[in-house]
Amino acid sequence: MLHIVNKSPLTSGTLESCLNTMVDGGDVLLIEDAVYAATAGNAFESKLTAAMGRCKVHVLMPDLEARGLGDRLIAGVASVDYAGFVGLTVSNKNCQSWL
Amino acid sequence: MASIEVGGKSYETDEEGYLVNLADWNAEVADYIAKTENIDMTEQHWEVINFLREYFDEYQIAPAVRVLTKAIGKKLGAEKGNSEYLYGLFPYGPGKQACKIAGLPKPTGCV
Amino acid sequence: MSDQKKFMFVNRKAPYGTIYALESLEVVLITAAFDQDVSLAFLDDGVYQLKKGMQTKGIETKNFSPTYRALEDYDVEKLYVEKEAMEARGLNEDDFIVGVTVLSRAEMGKLMDEQDVVLSF
Repeated sequence: MLHIVNKSPLTSGTLESCLNTMVDGGDVLLIEDAVYAATAGNAFESKLTAAMGRCKVHVLMPDLEARGLGDRLIAGVASVDYAGFVGLTVSNKNCQSWL
Repeated sequence: MASIEVGGKSYETDEEGYLVNLADWNAEVADYIAKTENIDMTEQHWEVINFLREYFDEYQIAPAVRVLTKAIGKKLGAEKGNSEYLYGLFPYGPGKQACKIAGLPKPTGCV
Repeated sequence: MSDQKKFMFVNRKAPYGTIYALESLEVVLITAAFDQDVSLAFLDDGVYQLKKGMQTKGIETKNFSPTYRALEDYDVEKLYVEKEAMEARGLNEDDFIVGVTVLSRAEMGKLMDEQDVVLSF
């Protein structure tokens, strides 16, 4: 299953809710302000890397670059472009957007 | 949507005559807009227009008149960095008129 | 100038995800024309607004961060960043597009308290 999150983990609880809810082996896609979760040194980093042991985390690269942080991606997070975004929605049987 | 016709090409404008697309601007379009504003473009006019274009390129905004006046004074000298000089060139306001000719949006805060 | 008031713009939202950052910047530019004592405070995710090196082509949105560098021309020179927020985001002063004063959360609260008008974004 694909989980899409678009809020910053430091001002919203949606990413935490997502990680606490999802079953192992799913895909998490960080877009818009959620991309801050995947930047080195942010306060949510340890929670994200802990989750990476049981699910695959992706980040939408154009959103990260727009925010001036394209060079701060945490190792192990997969970067995707818009085509990759579509690919994830196709390869998963269903999808939850944590609005 | 309004538009202007210059050299056989059509350019989209808003209802006040400002170009919609920044990239549409060229010297010919500037001359055309100046004519609709009853301004004969001289070297002094171009100096201000080019300054505005450069300012926008660097800061992504059209400066307010007060800021423009000060910045022109810094770059081109005090005899040009004052409202008498700038209003002499652009009687309906250096912000409003010069920005229109320069193909920029109206300065933020300008009504 | 006895009629001059202290205005503080409190910015707490990341850029692009919402319209708040851009709206705040536009109101700052308008307010600056009225010759007031203007401060900009960047708290929480608001500190992300000042990050250097934004490349917005990919999201087809205007990159408004260069405009922060024009604030000086508008005589807006008091920019404050919350230290705790900056550090929680893995950022330091060199990451910002303009020069700022870094304040602790307590100092920020005190400064906020001293204002005549606080505008929240």
